[in-house]
Amino acid sequence: MIDWGWLAGHLDAIAYRTAQHVYLAALGVAIGFAISFVLALVAARHRALYPPISALAGILYTIPSLALFAALISITGFSVVTAEVPLVLYTLVILVRNIVAGLDGVPAEVLEAADGMGHTRRQRLWRVELPLAVPLIVAGLRLATVSTIGLVTITGTISDAFGGLGYFILDGYNRGNFLTEMYAGAFPSILLALGADLLFVRAQRRVTPWANARTVEATS
Amino acid sequence: MNLVTATAAWLTNPAHWAGQFGIPNRLLEHVLIASISLAIALLLALPAGLAIGHTGRGAAVAASVANLGRSLPSLAVIAIAIPITVLIDPVLGGTVLPTLVAMVVLAVPPILVNAYTGIAEVDRDLVEAGRGMGMREREILARIELPVALPVVLGGIRSAAVQIVATATLGAIFGGGGLGRFLVDGIAQNDDGQVFGGVLLVAALAIATEVAVGLLQRLARSPGLRRGGRGPALGIAPPPPVLGM
Repeated sequence: MIDWGWLAGHLDAIAYRTAQHVYLAALGVAIGFAISFVLALVAARHRALYPPISALAGILYTIPSLALFAALISITGFSVVTAEVPLVLYTLVILVRNIVAGLDGVPAEVLEAADGMGHTRRQRLWRVELPLAVPLIVAGLRLATVSTIGLVTITGTISDAFGGLGYFILDGYNRGNFLTEMYAGAFPSILLALGADLLFVRAQRRVTPWANARTVEATS
Repeated sequence: MNLVTATAAWLTNPAHWAGQFGIPNRLLEHVLIASISLAIALLLALPAGLAIGHTGRGAAVAASVANLGRSLPSLAVIAIAIPITVLIDPVLGGTVLPTLVAMVVLAVPPILVNAYTGIAEVDRDLVEAGRGMGMREREILARIELPVALPVVLGGIRSAAVQIVATATLGAIFGGGGLGRFLVDGIAQNDDGQVFGGVLLVAALAIATEVAVGLLQRLARSPGLRRGGRGPALGIAPPPPVLGM
């Protein structure tokens, strides 16, 4: 069922597409994090701005990825911008909410203690609030990274130049369900997602050594 | 502005509103396949989630299953399903069925997680009061835990429904129907009007799904709990922060 000859002949291509997959996902999460960080700090300081920011990110999150990619092709063409903009947009809702929740979770006594020690607002944010928010921020990064790795496969619909491992799934399908090629895209992309998940679980344990309890929070 | 006129022209062309390949029929296909997969996912995930929430047994296993399901790229699930579904039905197995499998796989985690955390978080005093009144376990679940946890349970169904509507568009890549057809065909034919018309339709359906289940969620809040705290916000409410595990 599996054409081993094809696999052996395409190891270079698989390595290239894996690297592309990691690159596209990492770029999306990095830009998404930078934007979310700023938005979350603004929202944390000006509370009235949080509902509109959160609602707008929520609406964007609801729009199916294929629709966003398709819409951008008409505007930004077959460029890397078309692939990255939706990836970035989808991370915003997860990251902004987790960063804000992390900052909100800092107990009032801690803030008072920081104020009492003479911290300025900026010092309090960087030395007290953000360090205490790190566990929730890492949890957000974990979710954003795993979902972005999944979405990178769909960038293959923009053009053959993108897609990471998803390229093999689409190309294999277009060759009349060429199973070996489709699986060469499907299984490594799953491994990549699970690998990233595991990496962040480790990071989460590292930043919260006191929390060994296994908890999953429901979505509202 | 060319884009706007092209989209308006495509959307207002009466030929696009009639027949097998028209917008109403594509919408129907989309809603139909989404409803079927949501029904299957509910059958699989809801009883399990309620049982785990009530008994507290199997929570770790369910969390792992849910986490695994959340991590899987939807395109990869479709690709893996194809050779299996082709064996079941040579025609549908290459188009509609693999997408259906992916939609179910992706819809199970939110339904499962919210069902069991919703039930598990119900005030234990309420449960004990029911037990003291001589309620059987089944009655406690049906008459105390489920009504109290219903908004949380519906929250999971809401995430699942939105996810399903999005994944259903991917079916068009694999020759399936639904509104995704306009996206895939529009890109292939370099027809901006069709692409943007499709984008608007798909986005509208996704947002309508989110709002509709959100409304249901608001109505489901038990009158006894309605005093004091406000219900879940109407309209778009993205998922709360996830702590992970």
